[in-house]
Amino acid sequence: MSQVSLKINGQEHTVDVSPDTPLLWALRDQLNMVGTKYGCGIGLCGSCTVLVDGEPTRSCTMPATAVEGMEITTIEGFHPEGGHPVQIAWQEEDVAQCGYCQGGQILSAAALLEKNPDPSKEDIDQAMAGNICRCGTYPRIRKAVQLAAKYAADGDES
Amino acid sequence: MKDRTQKNRGRSSSATPTPSAGISRRAFLKVSMAASGALVVGVGWSGLALAEGLEGSTWEPNLYVRINRDGTVTIVSKNPEAGQGVKTAFPMVVAEHLEVDWKTVQVEQAPLDDRYGRQAIGGSRGTPDGWDDLRIAGAGALFLLNRAAAGQWGVPAAECTAKSGVIHHEASGQSAPYNTLLDAAAELPVPEVGQLKLKTRPAEFKLLGKFVPGVDNAKIIHGKPLFGCDVRKEGMLYAQFVKCPSFGGRVRKANVDTVAKQPGITHAFVVEGGDDLTGLMPGIAIVGETWWAVTKARETLKVDWEHTQSDSSEAYEKEAAKLAQGDGETQRHDGDVEKALESAEKVIEASYYYPFVSHANLEPQVATALFHESGKLEMWAPSQNPRGARRLISDTLGLPQDNIHINLERIGGGFGRRLRHDYMVEVAWIARVVKRPVQIQWTREDDMQHGFNRPAAWHHLRAGIGSDGRMSAFDHHFVTFGKDGEAVSGAGLSPKQYPAGLVPNFRLRQSMIECNVPTGPWRSPGHSAWCWVYQSFFDEVALAAERDQLEFRLDLLSKSYGEPPLDLARTAGTLKKAAQAAGWGRDPGPGRGLGMAFHYDHGSFVSHVAQVAAQGNRIKVEKVWSGIDAGPVINLSGATNQVEGAIVDAFSTSQLELTFKDGATEQSNFHDYMLATIDQAPEVECHFIQSDFPPMGLGEPPMAPAPPAITNAIFAATGVRIREQPWRKAGIVV
Repeated sequence: MSQVSLKINGQEHTVDVSPDTPLLWALRDQLNMVGTKYGCGIGLCGSCTVLVDGEPTRSCTMPATAVEGMEITTIEGFHPEGGHPVQIAWQEEDVAQCGYCQGGQILSAAALLEKNPDPSKEDIDQAMAGNICRCGTYPRIRKAVQLAAKYAADGDES
Repeated sequence: MKDRTQKNRGRSSSATPTPSAGISRRAFLKVSMAASGALVVGVGWSGLALAEGLEGSTWEPNLYVRINRDGTVTIVSKNPEAGQGVKTAFPMVVAEHLEVDWKTVQVEQAPLDDRYGRQAIGGSRGTPDGWDDLRIAGAGALFLLNRAAAGQWGVPAAECTAKSGVIHHEASGQSAPYNTLLDAAAELPVPEVGQLKLKTRPAEFKLLGKFVPGVDNAKIIHGKPLFGCDVRKEGMLYAQFVKCPSFGGRVRKANVDTVAKQPGITHAFVVEGGDDLTGLMPGIAIVGETWWAVTKARETLKVDWEHTQSDSSEAYEKEAAKLAQGDGETQRHDGDVEKALESAEKVIEASYYYPFVSHANLEPQVATALFHESGKLEMWAPSQNPRGARRLISDTLGLPQDNIHINLERIGGGFGRRLRHDYMVEVAWIARVVKRPVQIQWTREDDMQHGFNRPAAWHHLRAGIGSDGRMSAFDHHFVTFGKDGEAVSGAGLSPKQYPAGLVPNFRLRQSMIECNVPTGPWRSPGHSAWCWVYQSFFDEVALAAERDQLEFRLDLLSKSYGEPPLDLARTAGTLKKAAQAAGWGRDPGPGRGLGMAFHYDHGSFVSHVAQVAAQGNRIKVEKVWSGIDAGPVINLSGATNQVEGAIVDAFSTSQLELTFKDGATEQSNFHDYMLATIDQAPEVECHFIQSDFPPMGLGEPPMAPAPPAITNAIFAATGVRIREQPWRKAGIVV
């Protein structure tokens, strides 16, 4: 076991983990931050997506020790006041069915818009293809990302 | 329970609702004041058991509405929420009848509580079963508030109106918010249900039918605790339960002492278990301080398993081929099929196959159990039928049902998987041993390898076309799975299912392969599979008869022989709606094709038209137009979401196959069982027919017609007729 210092949502946390402990389980079981979800454990479904230095990252296969000192954003820390265009669009389009994957979807969408403020349908499909939604909310995810892009653009103009 | 689920399925499929059916049971209101001073309104039933309940009825009124002193309204949602939207839709029905602004409503999730009667989700029964109670609760509360205001003002109640949580008397210019009338309302005699104004028609609705976002959205977008896996208790341990890879296998020997010594592990022990595949099976419990510690310790586990069966997909296939040569057992025979086939102008023959598939909920099975010092067991779990779970736990642990309390957590995907409660009984057993709160979290591999899967089937079909171009005969040999002479759960096919009743000469024959792997209801059980077979074959028959697909189907729906298997007019209505929206008959352009299908299950009628674009054998589903008649829409957002999601689910599942070898599941995770991703999802356009029939569910009905609409469109675009799932078997790439 080793002490790892993690900077999560702007706050420093120290956790005692084995060197191979994935970030996901450090978050969930040791820091009680349960917004990041377990889906497959092999980095294929995207439920465990967090942002590491702004990049969507699969926390189920990323050892906690490998992200020491980096800026980690989880869904709990992603605009807790709810004002991010992606969050607003997700509520307005009522994207979620069961909702289990949506934290990961939201973070992936936010990272996409950061790089590409005006994504086409194809851009969205490409950027979001790593996040599975078993309920099949994909048509709404597309709409919500486009709406978020519009809100972000409107916000920039004002 | 499994058999009953099947029977209910058949019954609900054949029963056709009538418009604006009255209240068929004797309902009564119950009103009381809470300690907080809130007015509490509940609904009870007498005289009759709750129709269609998975079990038991209740005589005690249950709580639905609390009008609080601060002007807010709390509405309790009794059913589990799995993404089908009931936690939003149910309270909307109450709010509609209570005449309150939706934004003043708070929704509370009920735990398992016998006073609520049926608290299960399955069979798309939520909306039809809840409709009366919810309307009575809302309208009953409003009735009392209205009388309370009228009494205080000394005016006729009929002159008082309600709007946005306020009672008005226009003539005298008086008004009173609900929260000022609570004490007076509580003193009034409770009305009879017949005195209440219950809305039935879309034209009367203010809130219902609108696009209302889900009540849990704020928690979802912030990652707040909501799901079963989010439960955290003081001193909680984490567990995994390792079962034999081959279903039903027992533990001969396991090195649990070694496993128990691994870092972070508190317990490792053998559970003897039983032989009911839906209950507590033999296995090894590994419990530790973190889930990761348990995962690592599991790598050191060595078990000598005693395998009890060796089912394999290869053997199933051989047996299916052998059975196909036989006659099968006749389940229904109308007219004389052989004679009709002999005299037919043309005879079309085809065989269809679909495989076993997994529910693959994105949230692997999870539950938390805590034994209180009193000996009571408290659980937090995603369950589609918590009462069934309680019974299983009670029977297995020898614990009185009264000592088991189950809190309902939001379900990370249901689809029928959580009608089985193996994960709950496992953690209850473990918690009793370790005497601390425990959360069991299955791995994805556990989940995929120990599911209750949709059974595969082979369908051998022959149709005769008469000189009038109609189907004169339909012969169907259904090769399915059974055990001890009965179809296994999710494998039965009702003899009432169309095309029975739509063809003058009809025969259904059935053969069964012995099945030792667990199966279960999988979203619109059966329908989501048969519909693909029937509607694909109709396409083949229409083509052979040189008739337009729409015209052929409408003609098929124009006449029944004996009892109609479905409401012909409503079904045809959805097909016309979808066809019109899609512009049926137009040229979709080079490399493109249109396909269609209709279906009826679980009370609702849905037709889809799909447009597919093809480049060689690579296809893309561009768009699906949907015509839906589920009676009045409760929540336009929830209803549309169900249709969109079911189409994606249908496409996704049509690419998947679960296989068995040596009695065990061969697939283990998304690398060999990959669900559809966003780039494969079509655009969906929904057209609801807002009829005056009672509202029905939509969790399942949009699913069944989606695969055939798409595969028929693939045929139109490519000339490839898909008769096997997954589609790659026909050389199609998605």
